[in-house]
Amino acid sequence: MTIEVRNLVKKFDSFKALDGVDLKVDNGELLALLGPSGSGKTTLLRIIAGLDWPDSGDVAFNGEDALAQGARERHVGFVFQHYALFRHMTVFENVAFGLRVQPRAIRKDESTIRARVTELLDLVQLDWLADRYPSQLSGGQRQRIALARALAIEPRILLLDEPFGALDAKVRKELRRWLRSLHHEINVTSIFVTHDQEEALEVANRVVVMDKGRIEQIGSPDDVYETPATAFVHGFIGESIELPVKIEGGVIRLGDRPLRLAADGLAPGASRLFVRRHDMLVGPPGSGAFEGAVQHVRNFGPVQRAEVALSGGETIEIDAPRDRELRAGDTIGLEPRRYRIFAGA
Amino acid sequence: MPGFGLTMGLTLSWLSIIILIPLAGLLLKSLELSPEQFWNILSSRRTLNALRVSFGLAFAAACVNLVMGSIIVWALVRYRFPGRRLFDAIVDVPFALPTAVAGVALTALFAEKGWLGAPLAAAGIKVAFTPLGIFVAMIFIGIPFVVRTVQPVLQDLDPEIEEAAGSLGASRWQTIIRVILPSLGPALLTGLALAFARAVGEYGSVIFIAGNLPNVSEIAPLLIVIRLSEFRYADATAIAVVMLVVSFVIIFAVNRLQRWARSRIPAR
Repeated sequence: MTIEVRNLVKKFDSFKALDGVDLKVDNGELLALLGPSGSGKTTLLRIIAGLDWPDSGDVAFNGEDALAQGARERHVGFVFQHYALFRHMTVFENVAFGLRVQPRAIRKDESTIRARVTELLDLVQLDWLADRYPSQLSGGQRQRIALARALAIEPRILLLDEPFGALDAKVRKELRRWLRSLHHEINVTSIFVTHDQEEALEVANRVVVMDKGRIEQIGSPDDVYETPATAFVHGFIGESIELPVKIEGGVIRLGDRPLRLAADGLAPGASRLFVRRHDMLVGPPGSGAFEGAVQHVRNFGPVQRAEVALSGGETIEIDAPRDRELRAGDTIGLEPRRYRIFAGA
Repeated sequence: MPGFGLTMGLTLSWLSIIILIPLAGLLLKSLELSPEQFWNILSSRRTLNALRVSFGLAFAAACVNLVMGSIIVWALVRYRFPGRRLFDAIVDVPFALPTAVAGVALTALFAEKGWLGAPLAAAGIKVAFTPLGIFVAMIFIGIPFVVRTVQPVLQDLDPEIEEAAGSLGASRWQTIIRVILPSLGPALLTGLALAFARAVGEYGSVIFIAGNLPNVSEIAPLLIVIRLSEFRYADATAIAVVMLVVSFVIIFAVNRLQRWARSRIPAR
């Protein structure tokens, strides 16, 4: 199943949740919608599911208009952030729900339903919990039951809203890997929403970065990390140092100080310079594009994180390897191994 | 545990003075009657009719309150509309209003010349001074019990579960029958039982509108008062004991329901 979204606009009162979103999802993809809260990612997911309606724009499944159908007809599996399990039903009945409410004409008989539910509980590895109630399960187990319930209706598309948002760090990591292998197994076109970049980069084959109701970049996890398309993406993904610079007469200036960096092809005016923390190489004073004084040093396993006051007046944090110990008070030169400059203040 | 002895002692003695001793007195008083006398009082036509009017109409009123109360709760919890807080407050009026005031107001409203009574009389329906009047008064005093019992449970019920049911292919009807009602079920039953218990015991508002015709529109509490004023204390206590037993059964049932509900649907 392919999904095509064209020029979607959705307002809540005066707030623009979606501001002209275009997106194509290929058959069998596992796509992540990544963005800060309020970026419109959940709204987009809910519109695709038929739980919300856009003010304008189109949604098509395999080329067919999906907006003509309600959530009930779309055959979309939706996994809610807080699972939305039916509290008064056992795990088994929760998973069986979608099969039991089918129109009489196509409803399976009881033994087929039982077999299907058992198969799904096996798939999510929780067959031994069939007779429990949702309140008796852990968060991770509820999440997997919610997923099994959504899969019961053999959805054409699987949508997950912050699937790991309410879980603790260790369970999240396990479930991420599990979700990826599950997707590999069932191969249903899937979209999940997350505000956690690590989750998006680790699980998805393609990542859609959103901000303020717009798509900032669509690309593979490597693309969005290595070649961010906008300042927002660079700042949001990976840990970045951001410096306000000015480009004048072919020179990049930080405050009054010209930087020894090439300004070829950059438009004059106020700009922002981005460097990954670990891309700042430490050298002796006088070497490199920047110079600064080390303020604090903390060690994090293989790296030392140093707070450096640049001579331009800004203070930045860098991650340096431990081979050359830094000490507070050191004066060092810094050379960005890679950097990007985006126009605009 | 600090303070346990003191609070426990106060709790037990207070509950004894306020509730247990008067009830025990009532039971002791009824023991003055032989089983045969007891049976004769209860099986007299007037007593039976009074009990039938009280319990029958109370149950009917509680059922109406269950349906209408659920709809009111739904509107108050799920929708945002102007005046919502006001309507929410109005639900408590039957709690707060002195029952005699309510009785007088309802009687004036439904009397043959009243605002509602006149058009109803024209349609051939007489409310005031008939069993229908008792029914109306019992609905009036019972409605807050259903609303206030179900409201917190519905507030706690995430609207997402309706969306989940819908996306799994359930129709609106199936969602209500299979998901919403079962989730609210224990609260609805508790509300029904409370509204019923209140209507059975209601005296003040009912006697104004009932007309109080023996065997037709005479409620059991009124019959107790009448027997007392005739100095037939034994008769009064016999009727009172029956009402007491029924109330006990209802309270017991409500408690069981709540226990059952908690065991199946623990708070999140």
